[in-house]
Amino acid sequence: MIKPLYKYEPKNGFTRWLDARLPVLTLIHGSFVVFPTPRNLNYWYSFGAILTVMLASQIVTGIVLAMHYIPHTSLAFASVEDIMRNVNFGWLLRYLHANGASFFFIAVYIHMFRGLYYGSYKEPREVLWILGVLLYVLMVATAFFGYVLPWGQMSFWAATVITNLFGAIPLIGESITTWLLGGFSVDSPTLNRFYSLHYLLPFMIAGVVVLHIWALHVPGNGNPVGIQVRVPQDTVPFHPYYTVKDGLAIVVFLFVLAVVVFYQPNALSHPDNYIPADPLKTPAHIVPEWYLLPFYAILRAVPSKLGGVLALGAAIFVLFLVPWLDTSRVRSATYRPIYRQFFWIFVITCVGLTWLGSQPPEGGYVIAGRILTIYYFLHFLVVLPVVGLVEKPKPLPASINDPVLPPGESVRQAAE
Amino acid sequence: MATHILTRAARFGAVIALALFGLSASAPAQEELQEEQAHEALHFPIEAPERRSWSFDGFFGKFDPAQLRRGLQVYRDVCQNCHALSMVPFRTLADEGGPQFTPEQAAEIAGAYTVTDGPDDQGLMFTRQARLSDHFPSIFANPQAAAFANNGAYPPDLSLMAKARSVPSGFPWFIFDALRFYQEGGPDYIAGFLTGYRDPPPGEEPPPGTYYNVHFGADDETAMPPQLFDGIVRYTDGAPQTVEQYAEDVAAFLMWTAEPHLVARKRLGFQVLIFLAAFIGLMYATKRRVWAPVH
Ligand code: HEC
Ligand code: HEM
Repeated sequence: MIKPLYKYEPKNGFTRWLDARLPVLTLIHGSFVVFPTPRNLNYWYSFGAILTVMLASQIVTGIVLAMHYIPHTSLAFASVEDIMRNVNFGWLLRYLHANGASFFFIAVYIHMFRGLYYGSYKEPREVLWILGVLLYVLMVATAFFGYVLPWGQMSFWAATVITNLFGAIPLIGESITTWLLGGFSVDSPTLNRFYSLHYLLPFMIAGVVVLHIWALHVPGNGNPVGIQVRVPQDTVPFHPYYTVKDGLAIVVFLFVLAVVVFYQPNALSHPDNYIPADPLKTPAHIVPEWYLLPFYAILRAVPSKLGGVLALGAAIFVLFLVPWLDTSRVRSATYRPIYRQFFWIFVITCVGLTWLGSQPPEGGYVIAGRILTIYYFLHFLVVLPVVGLVEKPKPLPASINDPVLPPGESVRQAAE
Repeated sequence: MATHILTRAARFGAVIALALFGLSASAPAQEELQEEQAHEALHFPIEAPERRSWSFDGFFGKFDPAQLRRGLQVYRDVCQNCHALSMVPFRTLADEGGPQFTPEQAAEIAGAYTVTDGPDDQGLMFTRQARLSDHFPSIFANPQAAAFANNGAYPPDLSLMAKARSVPSGFPWFIFDALRFYQEGGPDYIAGFLTGYRDPPPGEEPPPGTYYNVHFGADDETAMPPQLFDGIVRYTDGAPQTVEQYAEDVAAFLMWTAEPHLVARKRLGFQVLIFLAAFIGLMYATKRRVWAPVH
C-alpha cells in the first residue's frame, strides 16, 4: 500500500469538524493531493484523467439533452432536430455529446494500448485491469444504446442487426431477442428501454471508475520503466505535478475536440442517420459507429452466425485474461525487444480490422478479415505467452530515476 | 537524446494516424474505392459530383443572405410542388445568420401559405393563413399521397437533405478532407444531382417514369424529372438565371435549412479555439515552471 508522505491537517473549524466525523477530506487529500506518483510518467499516462473529464462531459451534456429528448418512435427524430434548431445552444450540446462519445473512445483506446505497451496489467494490478475492461464493455453498451436514440436510419438498422445476433444463441436465442426488444422487432418499447439503459449505464460507469481508481491507489501507478517505486525520491506528490501535467493534456485534448465539434461536427457520423428511421427501407450498407468496426469485422469474418457471435464475445473476453496470458516478468515493452515489435503489429492489426469493418463483406475483404481475426486471437493466445518465455529482456535500470536523470544525478538525488 | 525524440515523434505520428483512421472509418462511404462502388448506393453509379466552392465553407465561412433568398425562391417556385420542408419555421427566415429577411417580410412569406388548424370550439378543423410560428406546410396530406402523385416515388423532405447525402472522397483522401475541414458534401451532391441530367447513352433507354442522371447516388436514373431550366425562376437581384446558378442557390439554401446555426457555430468555434489556445499556453508555462526543479 502506497502511503502518502504527509497527513492531512484540517485548517479551520468546519473542516476539523467534518473530517472527525467523515474523513472525506483526508481521503481526497490522500488520493489527489499528496498521493505519491512516479516522477517519470509520460503523456500516455494522462489519458485516464482525460477519460474522467470526458465521462463528466458526457453526463452533463447528456442530462441536458435528456430534458428535451422524447423516446418514442414517432417523435424521437423530431425531438433531436428540435434540440438542434430550437433549444438554445442545443446544437452545441448535441454535437458535443455525439462527438464526445467518439473522443471518449479515442481516449479509451489510447489508454488501453498504453496498458498493453507498458504491461500495466501485470501483478499487482490485475484487478485494476479487469475493472478497466469492464468499463470498456459498459462504454460499448452505453454508446450502442445512445446511437439508437436519434432514431435515424443507421440507429434503427444497427439496433436491428445487433439485437438479431442474440437470435443465434441455440434454443433460447429467439426468446432472448424478443425479451430484449420488448416485441418482435425494433419498435417503441425497444427505444424506450434503450433510453432507460442509456441513462443508467453512465452512472454505473462512474461507480466502476471509483473502484478502478481505488484499485490504482493500492499498488500506486505503474510507470514507463516498469520497475516499482523504491525510494521517496522516485515519486512526486500528485498535486501540483500531475494536476498541471494532466491539466495540460486535457486542454490539448479539448482543443482537438473543439476543432471537430465546431468545424466538422458530422465528419464522424453517417449521413444516413439524418434520414428518419424507416423499417421498410434497408440502407445499402449498414455499419456501426467507427469505434465498433473492429468487432464488426470479427463478427463477419466467421461464416456461421453463431460462430461470429462467439468470436465477437471472445474478442472482448480475451482482454480479461491478458494478465495471465502474458508470461513475461518484465513489464515495459521498452525493455522487451521482441514483444515491442509484436505490439506494433497488433496495433496495425486493430487498425486493419477497423478499416475492414467498414467495407462490404465480400471478396478480398472477407479473406483479409479472416486473416486479421485469426491474428488478433493469435496475439493473445500464442504471442503473449510464448514471447514472454523465449525473449531475453534488456537490462532494467536500477531505479526509475536512472532513465530520467542524467548519469550521476540520480546518485546525488538518492543521497539527499 | 535525439533518437529518443525521434522515437517519441514516431509514436506520436502513429497515434495521430490511428486517430485519423478512426475518423475515416466512421464515414464508411468515404473510404470505398470508386471502382468497388458501382453496385452500392451512395457510391455514385456513374460519376461523383464535382466539389464546388461555397461562401459557407472553410474556417470563416458564412451564408450569403442574398444567395439564401434566391435559393428560397427556387424552392418556392419549383421544388415545393413535390418536396416538403417540414422542419423549417417561417420565423427563422428572419434569423441572424440566415436569409435575414425582416420579420415583416418573413410574415408576408408565411402569409402566402394556408395551414390546417383546429379543432375550433365547434370541433371543426379549419384552414387559415400561416403565421411566423408555423412551419412550411407540405402540399401533400402525407408521404403516401406524395408518392402517389409521383409514380410511386416519394419525394423526400428536403429539410435535412444537405446532411443526409455526401460526396465521399475515397480511402486516403478523407485525411485531407478532414484537414481542409471539408463538410460541404451535401450541397455538392444536391447541386450535382440537379445539374446531372443528360441524354442517356445510345441503347440505354431509362425505364418509363425515370430520367438518366449521372450524379444520382442510388442508380443510373432517378424518378425525379429534370426541374431546372435556364430562365424558369425570375431573379430580381441581377444574378444569372441559369441552371447552374439555380442549383447552387437552392443547394446553399438547403444547407441553411439543414444547419441553421452554421454561422453561429463557426463564430463561437473561433472564440473557443482562441480561448483554448491561450489556456494551453498558460498551462504549458505553468507545467514548465512546476516541473523545473524535478527535471
Ligand atoms: C415533380 C416533382 C418534383 C419536383 C418539382 C422536385 N423533385 Fe426532387 N425528387 C422528386 C422525386 C420523385 C424524388 C425521388 C427520386 C428517386 O428516389 O429516384 C426526388 C428526389 C430529390 C432528391 C434526393 C435525391 C437522392 O439522392 O435520393 C433531391 C436532393 C431533390 N429531389 C431535390 C430537389 C430540388 C432541389 C428541387 C427543386 C429545384 C426538386 N427536387 C424538385 C420529385 C420532385
Ligand atoms: C458514458 C457516457 C456516454 C456515452 C459514451 C454516450 C454516447 C452517446 C451516443 C453515441 C449518442 C448518439 C449521439 C447522436 O448521434 O446524437 C448518445 C445520445 C444521447 N445520449 Fe448519451 N452517452 C453517454 C452518457 C449519457 C448520459 C449520462 C445521458 C443522460 C443522462 C445521455 C443522454 C443522451 C441522450 C438524451 C441522447 C440522445 C440525443 C442525441 O441524439 O443527441 N448520455 N449518447
